[in-house]
Amino acid sequence: MKAPSEPFPVAARRELANAQLRANMRNATETIRTKRNRVVAELDDWEELREAGRAIKADVLARLDHYLVQFEAAVQAGGGQVHWARDAAEANAVVVEVARAHGATEVVKVKSITTDEIELNGALAGAGIHAIETDFAELILQLDGDWSSHILVPAIHRNRTEIRDLFARTIAPGIVSDDPRDLAEAARVYLREKFLGARVGVSGANFGVAETGTICVVESEGNGRMCTTLPPVLVTVMGIEKLVPTFGDLEVFLQLLPRSSTAERMNPYTSLWTGVADGDGPQELHVVLLDNGRTRVLRDDVGRQALHCIRCSACLNVCPVYSRTGGHAYGSVYPGPIGAILTPQLVGIERAASLPFASSLCGACYEVCPVKIDIPRVLLHLRGQAVSKRGSRWEGAAMRLTSWMFASGRRFALAQRIAARAQRPLVRGGLIRRLPPPLAAWTRTRDLKPVATESFRRWWERERS
Amino acid sequence: MSAAREAILARIAAAVGEAQPPVSVAREYRRAGQLAPAERVALFFERVGEYRADVRRVAADEVAGAVADACRELGARRLAVPVALPAAWRPTEVELVEDTGLTPRELDALDGVLTGSTLAIAETGTIVLTAGPWEGRRALTLVPDLHICVVEEARIVELVPEAIAQLSDLVAHERRPVTLVSGPSATSDIELSRVEGVHGPRTLVVLVAS
Repeated sequence: MKAPSEPFPVAARRELANAQLRANMRNATETIRTKRNRVVAELDDWEELREAGRAIKADVLARLDHYLVQFEAAVQAGGGQVHWARDAAEANAVVVEVARAHGATEVVKVKSITTDEIELNGALAGAGIHAIETDFAELILQLDGDWSSHILVPAIHRNRTEIRDLFARTIAPGIVSDDPRDLAEAARVYLREKFLGARVGVSGANFGVAETGTICVVESEGNGRMCTTLPPVLVTVMGIEKLVPTFGDLEVFLQLLPRSSTAERMNPYTSLWTGVADGDGPQELHVVLLDNGRTRVLRDDVGRQALHCIRCSACLNVCPVYSRTGGHAYGSVYPGPIGAILTPQLVGIERAASLPFASSLCGACYEVCPVKIDIPRVLLHLRGQAVSKRGSRWEGAAMRLTSWMFASGRRFALAQRIAARAQRPLVRGGLIRRLPPPLAAWTRTRDLKPVATESFRRWWERERS
Repeated sequence: MSAAREAILARIAAAVGEAQPPVSVAREYRRAGQLAPAERVALFFERVGEYRADVRRVAADEVAGAVADACRELGARRLAVPVALPAAWRPTEVELVEDTGLTPRELDALDGVLTGSTLAIAETGTIVLTAGPWEGRRALTLVPDLHICVVEEARIVELVPEAIAQLSDLVAHERRPVTLVSGPSATSDIELSRVEGVHGPRTLVVLVAS
């Protein structure tokens, strides 16, 4: 998986300068947040569902090898073929090979962040195969060479007129209207031909059921049903953490996911298939089980819970940082709070060291997470790793000096007295607004309260002794 | 292929340790509904309607007439049907084309499709299709632009867990494909403005039959 190409503060500064983006982001995150609160409040057993979701995912991760082997056997028993991929290259090779074996020059794709993670479209293009994104927003981004800014509504940073102009240049020459209804109709007409003629479909998976080998795809538009039903051949790329133990466990996630994601009681379409169904849908099924860094995440018993994620995007919509910067600032296919803990673990903390700091630690993400990922705790954990890996000598030396000073009451009192005097030239109107370098970074975005001129202990001694 | 398999399984064992005990799962959420049958039906009716599906209540012996009415209002002349669809549901005023393996393009040329359903979920306004004899294969309820779906009142359950419990056997033993349908297809991808009908049937008519 690609690491961010620049540190978060640099990317965020650029994104924040885009007023249109900020307005779209604020509107989108607020709207979805309000709707979500309403449909979640409707269920008085929401907390019990969250707890069950967390426990099921914890169980899956604790016994992942067992469940993967069980899942593999069930898929094979249903007539499907299972492929294992250690990394992106291995996964891409499987999909390319299947498409080639059927002489396909085009494949139709369901929106899947996992296939974005492994850059499948690029790998297919390299083999002369065009991957057609069929989700409305993904199609827009693909036609424009752009990339997603939100897990759920990837083209939220684009306006209707921009999309109309794009369609006029590409799939719908002469289109005049920018009414979303007419734009959706244009996409429908263009893609219908693709669906009816497709020989190979490619999907991700929201859930895989270890017990039965069932694969579940949750969607709204019907493009997912098209891609997983009409082509004679289907390849599903699934992260190894997407398993649930039993079919019955879906009763939890099919309640948690739609309400957290699109803020609906249920999304329009959920497709579940269990191997090959005779005379119904694809007659050749492939499942690619993808590691690509996930077993590395699994090694960290604090960070591991990031693998509970069911990609609902609720944490994005409540995040004060994400709702201002948007997704591009995170430089990864996984944006927002979940991206800030997932990306550094998948690519290695040293390659995404700024992401765990892209948070105010307010905790809103933890509260809305349908599978109770303690994102603030993992952020702090990763910050610790980032600091120790980076090994800034000045920061380390300053911390050691502070620790030595705080360890003794006398040294602490002395330091307080020195600071109270030394700060005098810096205090203006009861606040320190600007510290000298190298401490200037702290006051660049906030004011500092000065150290009290008299400590409580001194006051106590003077008053009471 | 098997090299990758062995490597991944070994990495997992190294990360979490082999043969870990199961994590216990407390299932204290609602798993059995509380509503009386009439309330359950009313809730389903209300919730399907909120997805902007066209939902109508009909007596069991009036299904064929209700289908004919809907077709007349919507201008549908030719409907696909599964071969085993009950005779009592088939209107005489509309041309019915039995699905004996229609190609996707043939399906695309029809005005709509008429099917039954396996189950329905009241709380979420969801119809459950499992490719049963009255429902037909998945493409049938996907390609045509109009889906008229008969939901028998007795098959409506209140909660998602009640539906999943009934589906478990159909999936585990018969490997039936399952499709949950909650309203017509929709997108909110442009400025969050909701558009009903993208690729799946743009019009969903639900006939709730007593």
